[in-house]
Amino acid sequence: MFRINRRQLLAGSAATLALPGLIGRASAQDVLNVGFVYVGPVGDYGWTHAHDTARKEAVEKFGDKIKTNYVENVAEGPDSERVIRQLAQQGNKLIFTTSFGFMNPTIKVAKQFPDVHFEHATGYKTADNVGIYNARFYEGRAVIGTIAGMMSKTGKAGYVASVPIPEVVMGINAFTLAAQKINPDFKVQVVWVNSWYDPAKEADAAKALIDQGCDIITQHTDSPAPLQAAEQRGVYAFGQASDMMSFAPKAHLTAITDNWGPYYVQQIQKQIDGTWEPEDIWWGIKEGLVGISPYNEIMPADVREAADKVKNDIAAGTLHPFTGPIKDQSGEVKIKDGETIPDADLLGMDWYVEGVQS
Amino acid sequence: MTTAILISILMTVVGAATPILLAALGELVVEKSGVLNLGLEGMMLIGAVTAFAVTYSTGSAPLGLVAAMVASAAASMIFAFLTLTLTANQVATGLALTIFGIGLSSLIGQGFVGLTVPALAHVFPAALAEDPIWRVLFGYSPLVYISLVMTALVAWFLTRSRAGLILRAIGESDEAAHSIGYPVIGVRYLAVAFGGAMAGLGGSYYSLVLTPMWADRLTAGRGWIALALVVFASWRPLRLLGGAYLFGAVMTLELHAKAAGVSVVAPEFLAMLPYLATIVVLTAISIAPAGGRLAAPACLGKPFRATG
Repeated sequence: MFRINRRQLLAGSAATLALPGLIGRASAQDVLNVGFVYVGPVGDYGWTHAHDTARKEAVEKFGDKIKTNYVENVAEGPDSERVIRQLAQQGNKLIFTTSFGFMNPTIKVAKQFPDVHFEHATGYKTADNVGIYNARFYEGRAVIGTIAGMMSKTGKAGYVASVPIPEVVMGINAFTLAAQKINPDFKVQVVWVNSWYDPAKEADAAKALIDQGCDIITQHTDSPAPLQAAEQRGVYAFGQASDMMSFAPKAHLTAITDNWGPYYVQQIQKQIDGTWEPEDIWWGIKEGLVGISPYNEIMPADVREAADKVKNDIAAGTLHPFTGPIKDQSGEVKIKDGETIPDADLLGMDWYVEGVQS
Repeated sequence: MTTAILISILMTVVGAATPILLAALGELVVEKSGVLNLGLEGMMLIGAVTAFAVTYSTGSAPLGLVAAMVASAAASMIFAFLTLTLTANQVATGLALTIFGIGLSSLIGQGFVGLTVPALAHVFPAALAEDPIWRVLFGYSPLVYISLVMTALVAWFLTRSRAGLILRAIGESDEAAHSIGYPVIGVRYLAVAFGGAMAGLGGSYYSLVLTPMWADRLTAGRGWIALALVVFASWRPLRLLGGAYLFGAVMTLELHAKAAGVSVVAPEFLAMLPYLATIVVLTAISIAPAGGRLAAPACLGKPFRATG
């Protein structure tokens, strides 16, 4: 779901060259070696940054009981297979591969190392020694959608979107439905930039949306460029994957954050206890995997309360962002009153709710 | 469509066109001297990160711009040494320069991710620059005006100045230029350095104006568009100017159409349009009789070894 064809091959190769030195040091008997494979640099201020923060949390929790080894900037595809294999050979007993494109290489290497356990993020293939984990980002979208519904004066939000895969479509729909609960006529205009990462284009897309009367901008691309455009034009926006307040102190209302820490701690604990089993988890706000960063101080109290309520209700399980009645773009009822969309359908979502203009 | 929206669209087109115009102007002079430097993307990235790092550290944007030009010119000197002095293959060396630039910019930029600087301000007084109508002419950062002045200067240099004629002569026939005593390698070194400096300036437009921040691979492939633009313009500065704005329009109009809820053609089609246009021009060049008005410099990409 994330980051296909995204990072340069050479950076990955360079990282591989550096690997033996990095890992050679660790092999004390009772220390658990845990490997991490990152698709981007740890300083990307987004996806990989979040995974590395979680790794550090685990190190803090377990102290010298574990030793973590990570390789950053690993290109998806054949290059990653080499890196994953090398981590396995070097004695890492639990390996987290943190990008969608590492799926097949992970499965392949896992076959060769039956006694090593693997955890793959955002994929769908499992094995006896490969578990998968993902985050319900759409729950965060419901919270910021609520804020957008209350903060927007024009009733129209601009959505800078990457590529039309279910993950992104799900987010657009969750955002729109939540905003419409506040303002039934709320419209969301989507602009596809057909890239996960193209700052100049993302900024231009945000400007174009603002020109068309959108007074709140949200994004499912990776750079803070749309936020900066919003800041320059004096409209509101939301951060993506990490708190991006520093890029747009006035525009940044809040951000959806990824907190993988609790999951990593749990799985490492299981590995230490010898109770690790392959799982298929999809955690959200309740488990703390999806978070909402501190609100901007300009947000009025009633908006904060409404956002907190949505967040708490989702955590408590009393609110599902995809509860019917839900109409599609043609106005036809897709989900009946009181029904919710099952997880399997969400993961394959390919239609937009009423009010989305794409 | 209201005037305000129209003006805003025009301004985004100028914003998308300016960096590729700057980079392509430099490359045009390089290619006119008979050297093909495919390292534009890498040099733009080095310029972008240097401009940001220096502006952030010193608080001075002009210093950042100068540093960007110096850094990218220095990177281009690696290319010049390999291809001109050691006569390495220009295509391979240029590609290597791009890959090197991606890596080096990422390394330099490591400590600057997540930071931001104030965007380069407009140059004209606020009364003009922020006027709802007149901002379409006066509301830009200095780089936009620099790009226009540089277009005129390069056009004048290549067609009216003695030095420009020598540079073109070297690009058309290095042997002949050498035999009457012109320093082929020296001139090409200068041209490559100029190309590097302009690419640095183009790159800094991203990190100081469009998205005032540093992130890995900030230019996201614009260097290749600038390369295509030089061919599209058939090595003529004024066509380059028109081509840059055309490419800029192609790159941004789709976004505006989408935002307005209109979808004319597939966005993927528009994304490939600059390259498609370049192929069409290349075809036209190939069909035209040799030495025609569209032709590439005759010595483009050929290594030169001084004889006798």
